[in-house]
Amino acid sequence: MTSTSKVRVATVWLSGCSGCHMSFLDQDEALIDLAQQIQLVYSPIMDVKVFPENVDVTLIEGAVANEDQEELLKFARERTKILISLGDCAVTGNVPGLRNGITNSADAVLKRAFVETADMNPQIPTDVPTLLPKALPLHEVVKVDFYIPGCPPPADLINWVISRLMRGLPVNMEGRSKFG
Amino acid sequence: MTVGTVKLKIDNVEVAVPEGTTILEAAKSNGIDIPTLCNLEGLSGYGGCRLCMVEIHGSPKLFAACVTPVGMGMEVITQSDKLREYRKMAIQFILSERTHICAVCVANNACELQKLANDLGVDHVMFEREWTRLPVDSTHDFLVLDRNRCILCTRCLRVCDEIEGVHTLDLKMRGKDAQVIIDLDEDWANSSSCTSCRKCAKVCPVGAIYVESVALEETKDKGIAEFVLSRRNRK
Ligand code: SF4
Ligand code: SF4
Ligand code: SF4
Repeated sequence: MTSTSKVRVATVWLSGCSGCHMSFLDQDEALIDLAQQIQLVYSPIMDVKVFPENVDVTLIEGAVANEDQEELLKFARERTKILISLGDCAVTGNVPGLRNGITNSADAVLKRAFVETADMNPQIPTDVPTLLPKALPLHEVVKVDFYIPGCPPPADLINWVISRLMRGLPVNMEGRSKFG
Repeated sequence: MTVGTVKLKIDNVEVAVPEGTTILEAAKSNGIDIPTLCNLEGLSGYGGCRLCMVEIHGSPKLFAACVTPVGMGMEVITQSDKLREYRKMAIQFILSERTHICAVCVANNACELQKLANDLGVDHVMFEREWTRLPVDSTHDFLVLDRNRCILCTRCLRVCDEIEGVHTLDLKMRGKDAQVIIDLDEDWANSSSCTSCRKCAKVCPVGAIYVESVALEETKDKGIAEFVLSRRNRK
């Protein structure tokens, strides 16, 4: 099979703990089958700097928490046919979203992390992407096509969704979406 | 007084139940399952969560089965695409009101809200979240109230009032801003009426009232109200 006939898949890591990517890799031997059918074109586990053109499926882990992530997400959306929210941080905001109930949460968390709890050189870094006022679920920023909730989503479920999509079958989450 | 019998159809099945029975009870006693959340056997009906809504032939409105009495000749539909969509929406309304970022609940399978969302295939909330941040009361020796997880089903209020008989718990404010309070909005530690019986924790469908250091699935006991009532009625 030539690589051009393969489904072009990307994975993106925004504000998450990488647990969802770990779960993706946890598909064990099913990954080998999957690897025959897909071409991974962009992912934190490979060294590609720019999100490519013409991606069929993109799985995105993590909430949208800073300006760079917002830009990458919009860019990925433009270049992807099917965009999937992978895991509770992407679907609900989850752990990064815990700051959202705090007034001026972006300033408050930076102060907490880099000043109040610093042992040396307490200072807020200026060379990192600016935090958004709230850490948002992906679908509050761009259109999302499918959701795989869970923290992290089980590897079997990830595999089930991707394989169904690749075969053009409907994805009904009844009885499968452990939504919290 | 003799109680009459009412004949009706539920999902095209002819049933006969005593007058005054609710649609929910009539369905249940005939083996027809309607999803519920705020309802609990042994407690008064509340009709707050709207999960049990059903269609009645001839009416464009939907009815909460737990508080709607049966009527002679009624034709009730408990499952349809329309009801499924509305039930999914009801779950999403509930989820959108509070944050529900529940570290333990993801794993413990002890949350009725999570189970219903799963059964109905709710995989995200289509409404914008409010990210409220509400006070947690952990002043009691072993009971904790986390209002951020509360879905305002009032099961705790009703069990405390109707079964334990002390009415420690109540609500302040209205609508989605409502909050469970203890006595006249005291810290739980200062409550003069609470008997520390834990019934509220046993019936809470989510993890909003829980017993510290006890796994949720061990604390929960949906049958507690019925059990106490059955003991009370013994001669
Ligand atoms: S959903 Fe859970 S596992 Fe996935 S990134 Fe967020 S915290 Fe990590
Ligand atoms: S512990 Fe018992 S008495 Fe106290 S609030 Fe809960 S139900 Fe009421
Ligand atoms: S604390 Fe629990 S039982 Fe009480 S109203 Fe909230 S969700 Fe219902």
